[in-house]
Formats: sequence, structure tokens, C-alpha cells
Amino acid sequence: MSSALIVDGLRKRYDGFTAVDGLSFKVDEGEIFGIIGANGSGKTTTVECAQGLRLADEGSVRVFGLDPQTDRTQLRSEVGSQLQESELPDRLRVWEALDLFASISPGSADWPELLDEWGLTEKRDAAFASLSGGQRQRLLVALALVNRPRLVFLDEMTTGLDPAARRVAWDLIDQIRARGTTVVLVTHFMDEAERLCDRLAVFRSGRIIAEGSPAQLVAEYAGDASVRFSTDQTDLSWLADAPGVTAIDRAGSRVTVQGTGPLLAHTAAALVAHGIAPVDLEVERKSLEDAFLALTDGEEPE
Amino acid sequence: MKALKKLTWIELKLFTRDPLSLVFTLALPLFFLIVLNGVFGNEPEVDPVEDVWRGVGPADYYVPAYLGLVMAAIGVLSMPVRLASYRESGVLRRFRASAMPLWSILGSQILIAMLTAVFGAISITIASTLIYGTELPSEPFLLIPAFFLAALSFSALGVFLGSVLPTSRSAQSAGIMLFFVMFLLSGSGPPPDALTGAMRGVSRALPLTHVVLLLQDPWLGFGWHVSASIVVLAVLVASVLLSIRFFRWE
Ligand SMILES: Nc1ncnc2c1ncn2[C@@H]1O[C@H](COP(=O)(O)OP(=O)(O)OP(=O)(O)O)[C@@H](O)[C@H]1O
Ligand SMILES: [Mg+2]
Repeated sequence: MSSALIVDGLRKRYDGFTAVDGLSFKVDEGEIFGIIGANGSGKTTTVECAQGLRLADEGSVRVFGLDPQTDRTQLRSEVGSQLQESELPDRLRVWEALDLFASISPGSADWPELLDEWGLTEKRDAAFASLSGGQRQRLLVALALVNRPRLVFLDEMTTGLDPAARRVAWDLIDQIRARGTTVVLVTHFMDEAERLCDRLAVFRSGRIIAEGSPAQLVAEYAGDASVRFSTDQTDLSWLADAPGVTAIDRAGSRVTVQGTGPLLAHTAAALVAHGIAPVDLEVERKSLEDAFLALTDGEEPE
Repeated sequence: MKALKKLTWIELKLFTRDPLSLVFTLALPLFFLIVLNGVFGNEPEVDPVEDVWRGVGPADYYVPAYLGLVMAAIGVLSMPVRLASYRESGVLRRFRASAMPLWSILGSQILIAMLTAVFGAISITIASTLIYGTELPSEPFLLIPAFFLAALSFSALGVFLGSVLPTSRSAQSAGIMLFFVMFLLSGSGPPPDALTGAMRGVSRALPLTHVVLLLQDPWLGFGWHVSASIVVLAVLVASVLLSIRFFRWE
């Protein structure tokens, strides 16, 4: 699998303040690569350097082997951009924007179809300034896709979208992935990252502190899973011998088992082996949000 | 090329949707013209010592001067404000992300400026001829190149100002100041011969002064104004070079 994007040793300072501190990652063609991290952790700076919109102080960026800073014109029909902050002229109409951006790159998408997909057909003749926040956002995402890019950068694509529109957006991103488009997605929504991304990088203070699939990040950083059930049996010391179990807490008949690995299966096996079959056996699954908080809340890692 | 055509067409539509810029660039010079012609009339001064109107009637004197004033309004006000607000709101960044060619972005602005200047010139000429019976240009074949040189020069100046003024607010303040200083000191307000010595010094440094001479001479039948054309050309070249050097996307 060849790489759509290679970022190597990227460093960016703003008057003495280091916003991006020597980070490297690769995005394979066809994958959805997510970037998550606290406000100000350098996500936008990184993706804008990757689009050649900001000049890095150190390090290199390659998009399909080209330098986005100097080979912008060759990349015009390969790369789509939805920037975290950008606007269009106030009086520009929705269809005019799509038509304009479609016209600059050959092989552009059929924009009335995009208009329909992103729920803007009714707003076809509306001026940009008259759109609601979510409608503007949808137009800007549609513009990012109008040139049928092979690689698209989406910086907080669903910010400002209502829950239904967000789900529509996810489905549309699934569709472009199915066409083989590579996506770099910056997001603050863990459900979105978990639902869409093949791989994630967690940013902290301009560095990548963890990288992997959402499931890997959860398994590695979200902390112990816990399994709960009720029983009247008082002596459960044998349960501590089950693989992966690290702690057992009791409150009356309510038991909480903490541990790692496939905890539910091991706990259930041990219980059944001892003749206990609780009807309320349940696992509390850790989510990406737990992993995110664990990674970004604690002490600064060195 | 396609981008340039599309952008120009869109910019033209945006321009007509913005009533304020229409008023400022087209209606205001017309208003000045009506006021000043109402004050001065169109009788040439018989005494050559007293004459400040270059030997012609004041209204005849003002028609070509107002052609220049329209160009100045476009060049120091509407273009810089538009470009600066595009920069400020991230429109330029958005264009850049899509590799919209810079020359087509600026080219469309220049085309719109030229078109507005032509439109303004035609409306002023018609109004002035109909209302005040002023003369049409005596040397149209000299006037046409003079007109395009002047309009191009002010458009380039507009691009330069729009390249260096960071926000639409700063562009507006600088533009209004430049516009009124030029209006008053460049021969489109009080005639230059009525200015005091110090004012004349400032006047000579203003591009509109030279644009007015460049347009007036062929209009009134005095031929091609060589030194004015050199200054206007120099403003054009300098603006282009400085724009290339200082243009900023954000
Ligand atoms: N143009 C700039 N000038 C000075 N500092 C900047 C500039 N752009 C970003 N920064 C600083 O760099 C840091 C990283 O900013 P960046 O926009 O990359 O963060 P982010 O991860 O995208 O944050 P968010 O989640 O809020 O969008 C921040 O501390 C910000 O203040
Ligand atoms: Mg950001």
C-alpha cells in the first residue's frame, strides 16, 4: 500500500511558541486517518502545513510524493480541503460557489448531485452570508469534495452540524472511502472517530502521544474493563485466579471485577465452573473517550 | 483561463449585488460633477491671467477629470477593501487551498475595475453632454490608450493596496483618506491653478493629478501628455512589482 501523505519531523513555531514539535506520521492510500487532541494541540497547524497553507519551520511533507508548498498546481485535482476557518464572499450564492470550484479542476464532480447529497438543494440560490452555521459547514465540505480528490482534509467537518446531519455526513464519508478516497479527519467527537477512522493519532502539545486503530487505543489506554454481577456467595477468592483479573470489589450482593484482556469471557468461565450463573452479568466497555481522557488529561509525558 | 472567466463573471455579479460599492464608485463622482458644474457653469474665462480652467469652460474641464476620479475611487477604495476583506475572512485561503491561480484572482479584480471605469466614463460623458452640453473628446484615438493606461494603473494600485493593507477596516480608512486628498488636490475638485504652492507640491505627488492630465489633454485637444503618461506608467509598473513582492494570502 503506498502512502497518500507522509509527514516527517514537522515542526512549526509561532513567535517562539512551538505549536508543532517534530511529529511524523504516514497516511496510507484509502484509509481514514483521524487526528484527535485537545484545543491548541497543533491539529490544524499540522493539516494546514500538509496542505501547503502554512510553511513549516522544519521537516517535510509529501502528498502523493509531491511537495504541497511548491507543487500546488499539480495537486489541484488530487487534494480537497475543508479548512477549520474559511469563508466565502457574503453575496456569493451556493450554486455559484460549487460551480466556481468545480470549474478550476478537470474531472470535477457533478455539483448538483453534491448539493443534493449535502442537503443544500433548497439553498441553491441562497447567499453564503444567509446560510446557517451548519449549512455553511456542509457547503464547505461539499466544496472540498467537488474536485473528486484522492486525498481530502476535513478539519472539524461535523462541528455545527445537527445530529441527523452528522450521521448523513458519516454515511457520505463512508461512500467516498468506498470510492478509494483517502481522508484525514480532524475531530473532537470520539463517536465520530470511532465510527469512521481506521487509524488515529492522538496529539498533545504538538506531538503524537499515541497512534493506532480506535480498538487498539481503547485496549491500551482506556484502563481496566469491569464486569458486574450479583451473587449471594460470600467467598469469591477463587475469582482472583481467573486470567486478567486485577481487583474484586463487593457492595452487598453486587460484585465488580476489574481487569484486562477478554475479562468478560474469563470471568464468566470461572463463575460457571463454580456453579454460579448470574442473570445480570454485564461488562462495562471502555470507550475511546476514556482512552482520550487518560491520554490527554494526565501528566505531560516525556 | 476558465477560472479567470468564471471568477470575473462571479465578481461582476457580486459587484452588482453590492449597492454601496455601486453608489460609491459610480454615483458619487456623478454627484460631484453636478455640484461643481452647478457652481462653476461652463463659460471659459476670457482673461488668460485669471483663467484656471486651461482655456476651456469649467464643465468641459471637469468631464475628463471625473473619468479619472471614478478610476481613483475604484483603485484606492473598492479594490483594496474587497481584497483585504477576502484576506480577512479567509476567502483567499480557501482559493489558495484549491490552487486557484493567483493571476486569475487578481486578473478578475482588474477586469472588473476596468469594466467599472468604462461604465463610469460612459455614464459621466452622457450625463455631462446631455445636462451641460459639454464637448465630446477631440482626440478619441489618443484618449482611448490614455484611458486604458490610466485605468490599468489605478487597478494595479488597487491590487497593491489590497495586497498590503491587512484588514478591510484599514483598507477603508486608508482608501477614504487617499480618495478625498486626491479629489481635492488632483484637479478633480478645485482647479490646480487655484491651489497654493504647498498644495501643488502634494498634488504633484498624487497619481490622480497625472491621470487627470493624461485624460484631459487628448479630451480637450492638447495632444498626448508625455510626462503624465510616464508617471502613470511608472505607477503601474511599481504597483505590479510591489504587489508581486508583498502580496499576502493571509
Ligand atoms: N497564526 C498563528 N499565530 C500564532 N499562534 C498560532 C497561530 N495559529 C495557531 N497558533 C497557536 O498554535 C497552537 C496550535 O494551534 P492549532 O490551531 O494547530 O490547534 P488545534 O489543535 O487545531 O486546536 P483546536 O482544537 O482548537 O482547533 C495554539 O496554541 C495556537 O494558539
Ligand atoms: Mg483546529
